[in-house]
Amino acid sequence: MDVPQKNIIPAVEVRDLAIGYGDRIVLEKLNFTIDPGEVVCIMGGSGCGKSTLLKHIIGLYQPLKGDIFIRGESMVNAAGERKKALMRSLGVTYQGGALFGWMSVAENVEFPLREYTELTAAERRERVQEKLALVGLEKFGSFMPAELSGGMCKRAGLARALALEPDLLFFDEPSAGLDPLSSAGLDKLILDLRERTGATIVVVTHELDSVFTIGDRALMLDRERRTLVADGKPAELIKEYAGSWVGDFLSRNGTANR
Amino acid sequence: MKKIFSQCGEFMIFLGAVAGAVPELFRRRTRRWREFFYYAELCGFQSLPIVIMLCFLMGVVLGIQGAIQMRKVGTEIFMVDLIGFSVLKELGPLMVAIIATGRAGSAFAAEIGTMKVNEELSALRTMGSDPAGFLVLPKLCAMVISLPLLSVCGDAAGILGGMCVGVSVLEIPVAAYWLRTVDVLNIAALTGGLVKSAVYAILITLAGCYCGFTSSGDAQGVGRGATRAVVMSIFLVVISDAVMTLLFSFIGW
Ligand SMILES: Nc1ncnc2c1ncn2[C@@H]1O[C@H](COP(=O)(O)OP(=O)(O)OP(=O)(O)O)[C@@H](O)[C@H]1O
Ligand SMILES: [Mg+2]
Repeated sequence: MDVPQKNIIPAVEVRDLAIGYGDRIVLEKLNFTIDPGEVVCIMGGSGCGKSTLLKHIIGLYQPLKGDIFIRGESMVNAAGERKKALMRSLGVTYQGGALFGWMSVAENVEFPLREYTELTAAERRERVQEKLALVGLEKFGSFMPAELSGGMCKRAGLARALALEPDLLFFDEPSAGLDPLSSAGLDKLILDLRERTGATIVVVTHELDSVFTIGDRALMLDRERRTLVADGKPAELIKEYAGSWVGDFLSRNGTANR
Repeated sequence: MKKIFSQCGEFMIFLGAVAGAVPELFRRRTRRWREFFYYAELCGFQSLPIVIMLCFLMGVVLGIQGAIQMRKVGTEIFMVDLIGFSVLKELGPLMVAIIATGRAGSAFAAEIGTMKVNEELSALRTMGSDPAGFLVLPKLCAMVISLPLLSVCGDAAGILGGMCVGVSVLEIPVAAYWLRTVDVLNIAALTGGLVKSAVYAILITLAGCYCGFTSSGDAQGVGRGATRAVVMSIFLVVISDAVMTLLFSFIGW
């Protein structure tokens, strides 16, 4: 692992990134790379900019400064159809699920397939059923999003993100609002996904248990210093930062909510 | 003042996005019949009863007012012209536009605003879809087709309302009223009205969708967006009515 692997193109590379809304900087001086096949957890106190960072990486917003490379291609400088294609190649789930309210759950999952693949109706139905089964919603395909619980919406959103089988996935707090068992199931699902498809997975999460179970790496963001403060294996970070808030956060001691 | 300018700028950008998405209509995959029929039913078919009722009543009211004036000068039969032309050229399309503003314009703003709150707009964009094309074009097509059709129905109902008054109050024979109607009304008046209602349809849809897209992304924003859509639509409808009436008077519509 320590041998420098120059020929591998990182799945995500962030260079000197500054992000925010208007002139308000939320995070700055961000530098990190995510290698193909890694599961990376982004952590930090509520409101420190985790969702904001994710939305910038997936190309929804333009950063104030710096550049973001997805598989070596700049997201910031991409435009038009190229940018659309780049965005489409990522699987993304949102904090609330973001299902389309006027479509049933199955149609939601089918939507990207109908838009961007040449699959026949039967093939699409099969794929939808497969993805719904993956998140444990195989019986709810005909339900409307309004008829699902919050956690179910999230899982349906996950199924939709997986529909096109992207190799780069971004989950915004996938387990918040799920009971501990489903949340453990989700961790297993993420590990399975990586196992089967070798996908790179970036997860924003508050769940310490899942960070230690699934995370190859944890990135810690600090609200006060407005930047990345720690980057490494979760278990090693605890030792390395023992005594500081990063260590506290990870070992759940004291006032970790910074 | 600065705010108005920046809003105009935003609106122009929005228009550009919609215009840029128009080619989508000519691609099989992005031709969205399902959404089209959904909105055509919502804004067109479901508004039919209320349009007919209100236009009929408007014809009656106009008939009574007209009858009073016409009787003064003894030119009762001209009431037919008065009703016919004002309904065809102005009141029919305007009535339909007002109903559509309340029913469709505000609903569009609320719908898109809610999608924004739920991050559905972001999800659409990350799936590489163009929200402007995906959400605006089906509504636009549905409205542009259904409002003129509604206007035709409203026109008929309005003329019928006027006829009821003419026949009962002024005692004009039904046949005479009908003959006079067919005689004086021309295709140009009808076309003018229909063109107007198509333009209203475009304005109401654009205003509604624009207010949805620019709503503030929380629950209050959705309500404010819907209100703003109604005000903006009515404003645009009245302005465009004035402009079109002026233009049409030159070409004799
Ligand atoms: N649309 C927006 N416009 C302006 N400021 C925003 C917007 N969205 C978020 N912010 C600000 O950016 C900061 C980071 O928000 P963000 O949603 O990224 O936090 P987060 O780390 O995801 O928190 P949580 O764990 O609660 O989801 C917050 O301080 C918030 O006030
Ligand atoms: Mg968040």
